[in-house]
Amino acid sequence: MEPVALAGGFFAAAVRVATPLLLAATGETVTQRSGVMNLGLEGMMLAGALTATLGATGSGPWTGVGLAILAGILLAGVFALVTIGARADQVIAGTAITLGAVGLTGTIYRQAYGAGGAGLELPTLAPIPVPVLSTIPVLGPALFSQPAPTYIALLAVPVVWWLLFRTRIGLALRATGETAAVARAAGVPTRLVRTAATLVGGGFAGLAGATLVLAQVGTFAERMTAGRGYVAIAMVVLGRWHPVGVAVATLVFGAAMALQFLFQTLGLGVPYQLFLMLPYVLALLALAGVVGRVRAPGDLGKV
Amino acid sequence: MSGRLQGWIVGAGALAAGLAALALGLQLAGYDAAAALGALWSGAFGSWYAITSATLVRAVPLVVIGLGLALAFRAGAFNIGAEGQFYAGAIAATWLGLHAGSLPAPLAVAVVLSGALLAGALWVAVPVLLRVRYGVLEVISTLLLNFVAEATTSLVVQGPLQESQGIYPQSDAIAASARLPMLPGTRLHGGILLALAGAVLLRHLFARTLWGFQLRAVGLGPRAAAISGRIDSRWMAAAALAVSGAIAGLAGGIEVAGVSYALFQNLSPGYGFTAIAVALLGRLHPLGVLLAGLLFGALEAGAGAMQREAGVPAVAVYLVEAVVILVVLLAESVRRGGMTALAAIGSATGVARGARN
Repeated sequence: MEPVALAGGFFAAAVRVATPLLLAATGETVTQRSGVMNLGLEGMMLAGALTATLGATGSGPWTGVGLAILAGILLAGVFALVTIGARADQVIAGTAITLGAVGLTGTIYRQAYGAGGAGLELPTLAPIPVPVLSTIPVLGPALFSQPAPTYIALLAVPVVWWLLFRTRIGLALRATGETAAVARAAGVPTRLVRTAATLVGGGFAGLAGATLVLAQVGTFAERMTAGRGYVAIAMVVLGRWHPVGVAVATLVFGAAMALQFLFQTLGLGVPYQLFLMLPYVLALLALAGVVGRVRAPGDLGKV
Repeated sequence: MSGRLQGWIVGAGALAAGLAALALGLQLAGYDAAAALGALWSGAFGSWYAITSATLVRAVPLVVIGLGLALAFRAGAFNIGAEGQFYAGAIAATWLGLHAGSLPAPLAVAVVLSGALLAGALWVAVPVLLRVRYGVLEVISTLLLNFVAEATTSLVVQGPLQESQGIYPQSDAIAASARLPMLPGTRLHGGILLALAGAVLLRHLFARTLWGFQLRAVGLGPRAAAISGRIDSRWMAAAALAVSGAIAGLAGGIEVAGVSYALFQNLSPGYGFTAIAVALLGRLHPLGVLLAGLLFGALEAGAGAMQREAGVPAVAVYLVEAVVILVVLLAESVRRGGMTALAAIGSATGVARGARN
């Protein structure tokens, strides 16, 4: 294959792989900025993936997307009830949510599609080329000829940045995450803020799950999120809790994931597992370089 | 009512709630819920064989990993990479077990298990270093290493450790002398003794030693512990993290030497993750971890029978586990006097308390 086509394919794959991570990580940035660490993200993505499948087979991909967002919000509501309402530990509650989602989605999936389940034909979200921009060589197809969720994800980055850093709501949210006691004294309804931020994160996670099914894989499989929710949390830390930083981290991670496709095409005799582990190793190295100089929101994870 | 009795009641209530949620869900989904719960029970406790060879065998890795995690969590180190450390231990144990044929039995087992312990420690050394040297949250670093460990397992079972015919992605069986002894007539292996000994040891450590006291102090308040001038919080937490990783590695070694005798992908059905719930549900007490591990072991053992006999997917028990954890969390909150369940609902929706906070 000629280099330009190869590079174009690589960047397109990178963005495609990064999109669900970017959506989930952007939502989690909002959640963590309010002081809540949501380890149930993985489960919320998984729930989104299944409801998207059910909705799409029933009445089209956009119904699937809507249901997935609702499913994410619903699970986030349970998480908020336990962690913010009852002040329970966030790590354990998040672990429980993910565990429950694995059980629930596996059971419903088998009930709905049988134990085999393979060969599920889903109506998917087709790429929407942006006129003119999509014809730019290499980067055009990567950024401007993608399914709708990619555009949503890319738009969400500046919107979330603006919300967090240029509005009173954002100020209240960051203050809640930094020092809840002070925010409360200043009249911020901190529990309401945290609940809202958690629900927003859940909605994004649901959308991320839908994207995985309807714009990337094209079918559902049990535990198909395969840790992407956890990776999204790592991306939030790597991106220093800043929407733009998180977006950069996610895209770089997506590129590292897409490397395996590129190298498969090139046919080098390197075991594919090395490429499977490469993104995670890179993320660890990047964390070592980045994190020491940045501080997490002060009240992150505190009950 | 004493705290301990209350704890038992909460635990039993949570389990009942979890099973009720399962029954309700199954009934709604069109399964025969009574038959499913019956199969779950008989698969976990229905016979001597079920108790020893299903429930206890399944509980051993959960208890062993859970004990290590309880230690780490007590010191304020959130190790969620036990799954990866388990695989590191399993890989080392398999490699040693394949080459230990010439050693006499007790020695071969000792070599295999210490190798697994060491491998777990080495695997967690990266997060320990990243935490101490660069301040990287171990929650993130241990998590990322899980993926690396799974890819490494996949790599070695298709490479250096692949079985001699070179067809299947798994290793050959380890030498007979490297296997743990079994209770005759069952599949229960010597790992259960290690799990029990670990619980006793940890209880002694927490209750009777200076190190255990310092560990708890660090977990309760790192600043206070540091200000007291006698405890280096950073090193205590790092040490606890290292020990928990080594123990998770040991669990991987026990699984290879006592159950699978070989390495393959998906050797662990998520033990490292379930053990987090086990440790926390057991309230980081050695005895609690033992009981929680038994409970989850029984549920997962029964799940297999439920799938075989009632056609209900085995993963459905994860829902039970989730409900048990969430109910215990809610009950603890009520018990703390923090609020009533009703107020919890109100405040989470922002209705009852939003205005006041």
